[in-house]
Order: sequence, then structure tokens, then C-alpha cells
Amino acid sequence: MAKKLYNVTVQEKLCKACGICIALCPTKVFGATAEGKANVNNADACTGCLTCEMHCPDFCVEVEARENE
Amino acid sequence: MSKVRLVQGNEACALGAIAAKATFYAGYPITPSTEVAEYMSTMLPPRGGKFLQMEDEIASMGAIIGAACTGLKAFTATSGPGFSLMQELLGYAVITEVPIVIVDVQRPGPSTGLPTLSAQGDIQQARFGTHGDHSVIALAPSSVMETYFETINAFNLAEKYRNPVVLLLDEEIGHLRERFDVEDEAVEIIDRKRPTCPPQEYIPYDNNEPDGVPLMADFGAGYRYHVTGLTHNEKGFYTSKLPEVDASIRRLTSKIEDHVNEIATFEEIELEDCEVLLIAYGSVARSAQEAVMELREQGVKVGLLRPITIWPFHDQRIKAACTGKKAVIVPEMNLGQYAREVERVAPADTPVCTLTRVDGEMIEPAQIVAKVKEVL
Amino acid sequence: MKEIYKEYFRGNLPHIWCSGCGNGIVMSAWARAMDQLQLDKNQCVGVSGIGCSSRITGYLDINTLHTAHGRALPFATGVKMAKPEMHVFVFSGDGDCAAIGGNHFIHACRRDMDMTLIVFNNHIYGMTGGQFSPLTPFGKKSTTSPYGTVDPDFDLCKLAIGAGASFVARGDIFHAKQLTDLIVEAHNHPGFAVIEVMATCPISYGRHNKIPKPADMVNYLKENTVSKVRADKMTPEEVADKIVVGILHQHEPLEYTKEYAKLVKRLQGGEK
Repeated sequence: MAKKLYNVTVQEKLCKACGICIALCPTKVFGATAEGKANVNNADACTGCLTCEMHCPDFCVEVEARENE
Repeated sequence: MSKVRLVQGNEACALGAIAAKATFYAGYPITPSTEVAEYMSTMLPPRGGKFLQMEDEIASMGAIIGAACTGLKAFTATSGPGFSLMQELLGYAVITEVPIVIVDVQRPGPSTGLPTLSAQGDIQQARFGTHGDHSVIALAPSSVMETYFETINAFNLAEKYRNPVVLLLDEEIGHLRERFDVEDEAVEIIDRKRPTCPPQEYIPYDNNEPDGVPLMADFGAGYRYHVTGLTHNEKGFYTSKLPEVDASIRRLTSKIEDHVNEIATFEEIELEDCEVLLIAYGSVARSAQEAVMELREQGVKVGLLRPITIWPFHDQRIKAACTGKKAVIVPEMNLGQYAREVERVAPADTPVCTLTRVDGEMIEPAQIVAKVKEVL
Repeated sequence: MKEIYKEYFRGNLPHIWCSGCGNGIVMSAWARAMDQLQLDKNQCVGVSGIGCSSRITGYLDINTLHTAHGRALPFATGVKMAKPEMHVFVFSGDGDCAAIGGNHFIHACRRDMDMTLIVFNNHIYGMTGGQFSPLTPFGKKSTTSPYGTVDPDFDLCKLAIGAGASFVARGDIFHAKQLTDLIVEAHNHPGFAVIEVMATCPISYGRHNKIPKPADMVNYLKENTVSKVRADKMTPEEVADKIVVGILHQHEPLEYTKEYAKLVKRLQGGEK
């Protein structure tokens, strides 16, 4: 069975660069921009655990199941 | 069977609240106002109304403001130290424009003072007790019957202007028992203006209402707006933008002060030809009236202007009444709190004299008679 | 943005809270709880006091009442008494609830009115720049305890249980899913429900106490919390330094507004 994939998005406008999602993600989906904001650099590694989504204090991270390609 | 009864001032206040359709009371026991709570705890539950005894006066204020936000007519009663504790949330009700009534049965202070005696020492506190610029309405009835009607008036004014109204009784009036018969009296009941527009069009703190008073939606009616004690914009949300702050704070005062003609009521006794004017309110006005009658019998041209509305202060009306008088005397059970307001507006050539008493006892008619003779 | 945020927030974001502030995580958990509860938003009221966490009411798309410092519970008591059918959520901070509002807190526990109190405990007065509160652990530094506080702290949950609250729970922002569930259970409990949420303030607490990174503060909670179930199997010595999370106490309430309604019914002759 193919691995289930997810789309992970960060709404940059709302991100306050706290680094919580970057540190808590168990599969290292996120990197940081020069300003320290989160960016998604490895969405394929996402397991859909929602840790980032639930711990984003600024409601800017969203994880959605990817449609079958 | 006669409908005439002997009723106490505090009971008349409770009966007035019921007549005004008050359905929510929260309070904390304190002498000499406690009877109001006792009567409300007896009268509200059988009528389906809500009575709460809270843990202190601050909590009482919080509870009535919360209840008023859901659309109920809510009030509390207190005295001296309790009124001091209520000041912060009185200001909250002012800035959030939540209609409530606070009954303050005045007793001598400062602090614990003389709990079982009478005073009029909260006159300035009622007006300026909470911090920041604002306006309040305060009423001071002089009899048991008038306490009933002014309690109704207090609720009506609170609803009409979306502002806290203070009913300033004093211990003498609160504990006075006299003839009471209101069965045949028709009373007008005023309710706050409520929005009927679609929720997305509702502006909870609209500065453009013709009377300066925005419409108030009940919590639960579908409008889901925000109420905050922070300075807020017309939508109800915090703002520190200078023009928005300025407009809202000025409106809080102007919505009251611009309507002083409609709000303020007075009783005039023998004013036409009077040379010496007495200005007295609350229980002291009863002594003043007695003094006027006695002096008139002796041929002394003295008259009484009795403000029933203590605040807003009617500058023009008081000034006009003072103009041309040999002297104005303000007898009051404090050290001249209302006299300083009279002095502020009286013409420069009209002497304004105080007659003060702060030992907890009433000013007697003889004291006023003597003072009038002294100034003549 | 996620649909639940659009549904339960007013859209006036970003919020005022600092980068890494735990308050947003509690707010997110509340939205998820609301999504599970499916309540009529028009019948929900959010009441808060003063302080960082109390600013939450400005963002929630329900009827909201942002009151005075320490006084959220009296206002909420008035709302609930006036309209017992409404769902009342009270939001407070550690200073707001345990210091200036302490008396209201114990009396709200005693009355046991059906409402949910969420206390954001970040151990500090954040809005005023980081002074210690009655929930700041002993010895910790703040701008008014630069040498470490000598003030003992309250255990807010024990206080709530002692004062008579019929539902008392502790959650934390690391266990965000559990926090959501606790809010749902607290709402569904038919009495006064207290949830103390261990939240984080990296700016005013963390920086003074050698944990300045938001993620480190969250991980501290991960490492130092134990569930009630597990704690019950541990020795007192083992539990001593741990933060116990979960439902700590629950009993059948003698709910105030229901008892009052019975009184009214009796007085009106409906019930002998």
C-alpha cells in the first residue's frame, strides 16, 4: 500500500517565528526562513500526526490529506 | 379595604424596582441598605425573577452587569463602604453602556463610619467616584412615595441612556416609614432600544444615533458582539486610535449632559418672590420645606429649590434660580459637596452659604431658620 | 486557514500574543472542542477578566464579555443566572483568577453553576511585564522577584476541589489533544468545571528562568507531566515534582440554577 501523503501549508502572514512546529515535528517537515518563520521543505515526510497544527499558537499551520495523484 | 399602607423607604425602593420590571438583583448585606436585599429575596423568586447574594459588592456589580447584558433589568443596593467597592465596575458599566441601577443608602463615612445613621456624603462620589471622564445620573428622593417613583425613574433612565443610574437614598429616607398608596398611579416603563437589523449590520457602539445612545442587543439574540472595558471603536473592539477614543469618550458624557433638560427634575416651593433661596435634596429637603413654611408665616421671603435629580447638574436652571437672590443656602449632611456645585454656577454677586452637619443626625428646621435669619 | 478557525474565530487575527505564547494553543484547543460540541454560537458566552489570556474573548465568534481584572466569574455568574440555557465559558489567567479574583473563584466553586472555567496558568503576570503570581512556583524569578520568589504558590486544582467545584481537571499545552477533550468533558459536566491549563510565557517567564525558547517550554511540559492514571500508581516521592494532568476530581453537582428553578417552581405552586 502506498504511503499516505499530506499537504502542509504555513500562512506566512500569521507566523510569528516561534519555532514550535519546527522543533516538535517528529519527521522534520519544516525548515526556517531567514526571519525564523516556518517553511515546509519536506511535506512528503509528513505522517499527518497534526502535532504542528495543534501546537501552532498563531493558527497558521494546516495539514490536509493529499488527494490521490 | 384601604390600599394605604405604612411602608419603609427601602421597601418602597424594592416595590418600585418590581414595578419597573426589574427581574434581577444581586447584592451583599450592608447597613442601612440591607432591607432592599431582604425584600427582593422575598419578592423575586415567586415572580420567576433572579436573586443572588454575592460574596462582596464587586461581585454584585459584576453579576448585575452580566445579567443586564442578557437583556434583564438588574440592580443592586448598598451603602458607604460597599459603594466605594463598586466604583470600578460602575465605570465599567459606563464605558460598556450597560444599563444598571445602584441604590446607595448613604451613611456617614469615611470608611466604616456610622453604619446606622444618616449622611449625604456620597454626592461627589456618585459623580466622580470611578476613574476617568464620564457622566452619571443620580437621583435623591425625599419621601417614601417618591422613593418608589424615583426607583422606577432610575430604571427608565438607565434603559433610555444605557448608563448606570445611582439612586441616592440616605439612611433617614431608607428607614423612614410613612403613608404609601400607589395602587392607582399609572407608571411609564421604558425599555432599551434593541436592534432589529441583520446581525452583520449591527454596530453596537454606533456614534451616530441621533440621541447619542446606541442600540443594545441581548446576549443570545443572535448578534454575537464584543463588550469590553477597554476603549473601543463603534464595533466594540479595542482601539487606541486617537479620533476613535476621543469620539467615544466624549459621547459617553454628552449623551447625558446634552439631555439635562429631559433628565433633571426639581420641585419648587415659594420661589416666585423669594429673596433667600434654599437648595436642598433628600431627607434634608424635608427640614428645608418646614423651615420655609415657618419663615413665610413670619413674613420672610424664602423659597426652596429641591433637585430630585442630583446629577447631571443643571447649570442653567440652578444659575437662574440663584440670580438676584440676597443669599443662597445649601443645607446638606456633608461638608458642602453640593454647595460647591451651586457656587460654581451662581452669579458672582450672589453669596452661597453652606449649612453642614456630619454627626449622623438630620439637619433640623430650626437650624435652617436660624441660618436664614443670620444671612438676611 | 482551517475551517474550524474560520467558524469559531472572528477573523481579527493576528492576535496580540507574543511569538511562542502558549495562549494561542489553548485557543486552538477551544475551537476544536467547539467543533466537537456543535453548540449554537448564539447561545454561547465567553467571559474573561484582564491580562494576556483574557484578551481571548476579542477573537471568539460568540457573545463575549471582556470584564475587569479578577471579575470574570461574577459577570459569568450573572449571565448564567439570568439565562441558564446559555453555554458559559470563562477565561482567566493565574493572576486574574488566583490573586485578585481568588475570592470570586472559591465562591464560584461553592455555587457550582454549570459553566466552564479555563485558567491559563503561565506562572506570571504577562501583560504588566512579568511579575510573579500566586501560581508562580517557589523560588522562580520575575521582575518583582529578581532573587527568586519566597512566596509559596497555590495548587489551584486542590483549591477548587476544596471549595466544592464538581469537576476539576488539569491540562497542558503540550497535550493539546487531551486539552481539547478536557474542554469537551468540562462543558458536558453539569456543574462548575475548572480546567487549569499549564501554559507558557517565553518572554516574561521563560527568559527569567533559563527556558527562553518557546519549544523548550513546550517540551518541558512533555517531560514533566504525568497522567492522573499513571500518577495514581506512583509513590508520593515520584509524583512530587511532576505536573499531574487529566480529570482530577468529579462528583455529581447540586447545580445552582437548577436548584433555583426548583425553588421558583415550588413557590409558584408547581411542586409541593
